[in-house]
Amino acid sequence: MSEPTPTAATPTRDTPRPLRAALCIAVLAGAVAVPFYLEGFWLQAGLFAMSAAIGAIGINLLTGATGQLSLGHAFFLAVGAYSYVFLSSDLGLPTPLAAVAAVIVAGMSGGLFSPIAGRLKGAYLGIATLALIFVGQHILFNAEPVTGGFNGRPVPPMELFGFVFADTPELVVLNVPFGSLERLWFLGIALLAGAAVFARGVLRGRPGLAMNTIRDHEIAAGVMGVPVARYRAGVFVLSSMYGGLAGVLVALVFQQVVPDYFGMLLSLDYLAMIVIGGLGSVAGAVVGAAFVSLLPQLLTRYSDALPLVAEPGSGGVSPAETARILYGAAVVAVVLFLPGGLAGLATRLGRVRLKELRWAKSAPAPASRR
Amino acid sequence: MAVFLELLVNGISVGAVYALIALGFVVIFKATEVVNFTHASLLLAGGYVIARLHPLIGFWAALAAGIAAAALVGALVEFLILRRAHVGSRGVLAIVTIGVDILLTTELTRQIGTEVLALGDPWGDRVLRLGPVTVAETRVVALAVAAALIVAFLLAFKFTGWGVAMRATAEDAETAALMGVRLGRVSLSAWAVAGALAAVAAMFLCVFPTPGLDRGTTAAAMKAFPAAILGGLDSTTGALAGGLIVGVTETLMSGYQSELAFLGRGIGDAAPFLVMIVILLLRPSGLFGTKEPARV
Repeated sequence: MSEPTPTAATPTRDTPRPLRAALCIAVLAGAVAVPFYLEGFWLQAGLFAMSAAIGAIGINLLTGATGQLSLGHAFFLAVGAYSYVFLSSDLGLPTPLAAVAAVIVAGMSGGLFSPIAGRLKGAYLGIATLALIFVGQHILFNAEPVTGGFNGRPVPPMELFGFVFADTPELVVLNVPFGSLERLWFLGIALLAGAAVFARGVLRGRPGLAMNTIRDHEIAAGVMGVPVARYRAGVFVLSSMYGGLAGVLVALVFQQVVPDYFGMLLSLDYLAMIVIGGLGSVAGAVVGAAFVSLLPQLLTRYSDALPLVAEPGSGGVSPAETARILYGAAVVAVVLFLPGGLAGLATRLGRVRLKELRWAKSAPAPASRR
Repeated sequence: MAVFLELLVNGISVGAVYALIALGFVVIFKATEVVNFTHASLLLAGGYVIARLHPLIGFWAALAAGIAAAALVGALVEFLILRRAHVGSRGVLAIVTIGVDILLTTELTRQIGTEVLALGDPWGDRVLRLGPVTVAETRVVALAVAAALIVAFLLAFKFTGWGVAMRATAEDAETAALMGVRLGRVSLSAWAVAGALAAVAAMFLCVFPTPGLDRGTTAAAMKAFPAAILGGLDSTTGALAGGLIVGVTETLMSGYQSELAFLGRGIGDAAPFLVMIVILLLRPSGLFGTKEPARV
């Protein structure tokens, strides 16, 4: 009783605090340094990955932590992206306000779905959310005054306290010309960090426990006083707000929103991300998002150097198709051989090494270990 | 009136085809509690085999080959992947089937490319005149075949040993296993049956008046999902009713598109999903689905 037993659920105790802090600072410093060294292609790919990571964190809260499947995530990205364009271009809202409002609109549209999101569970909800995709596509193509129809609409650049996230006016920092991608890079990092910290707080606190209990045993959760339906609906709203934020960011990077992008395939991508990265954790969402969104870009860029991958339009397996086949296979492989995903693999490796260390220090093995 | 009757007949026959797809979907769910998102690609696989083989071996042999191929793909998915995935929740298995679907659909649509493949069916574009109503012959055959298959299936479900094993598994898998039901065989056969039904449905989805099998066929297959869920995922009757509701709604909405212009173009594609939302709002477990006994 006197000695607290170390549990696997608290990785903070596994890694020494100063080490973690140093790691965080190193990652942050690396991220800040990137625009000074890498070219536009990598920045754009990185920004897509950041946007995907924000969206994936959202859907991991819903699917990974609460066990509610959603195939409608692309719809909320669309709501976020189009609301931003509509609010800033047509209603003339200042762009930061439009971005915040777009996230809220995405959350509200998630809330409108809550009578269904709160009552259906698991894969059942997954099929119901297919409706969001098909109805959403229908609206995007047909509500032309708002959405611009098939060709979509241009996205006005973000302007924060007089600082414009666009190529003009010109800006040079440390001899590196700062265009829209370089500027957005920092916005992306800030948004992703904020989104990750918030989700981490949710997952580690009481809501996280409640969500996991609902996933593992709905009835037990209800018996212990968790308002199951309200939680399900609430998490759905939260995840759609994350989707909306990802949509705003991706719109800013693309500079044009088109309905085709927000289809079924995008929703499937998001599910692939969280499975590959690891269900139920923020790190898993980020790792998976990086994997799934960078893979096609890398394959496209190096298609001439890779065997079996043909240039787009030449009849062979195109990079985009290769990427889809690869991560479709990755989803299957992860579930078969790597429960916990890539992030789980990392923690497992880390734990093994720590265990070895501990064993080496305290040999002979403590008798309490069964 | 004639227009309405025509649309209604067409809707029912399309609905019967959707019911076939939904039935396979429900069978898998009942036997294994897995929501199978691979279904659209099983359908595509069956259709693809028929389309590629019919110039070589004739339509009927190609149809048999297509059905066998889709059943085999279904069985392989179960045997090689789902059986070996040890996961905590069924939800994760659903995502695995999404992974398989991504794989299969990408490869098949790549093979199909921009082509529109004819299936070489013997009915062609002949139409049948019943008084004022004109219906494509393929639609009539679809209705007859779907009805026959569904009836045969429901009977088998009730009276054969296989059907009893399947129902026992759906009721309580653990007890069924203790009574000597081989769960592996039950789920394997469920997947094979679902694949076979999907291949038959693929054939009817791709013949006249549809131009043929192309990469958009998966979107048509998607409409079987609302059919399955609005009837109730664990109810075969529900699959039937759901299929008919979806088919009729879609055909009527597309047929009266000009009158419904304020809803926008292509409302027929979104309509099944709107109906699904409305029904789920009223009855969260579908029209014929079992209600969860526990309320929390």
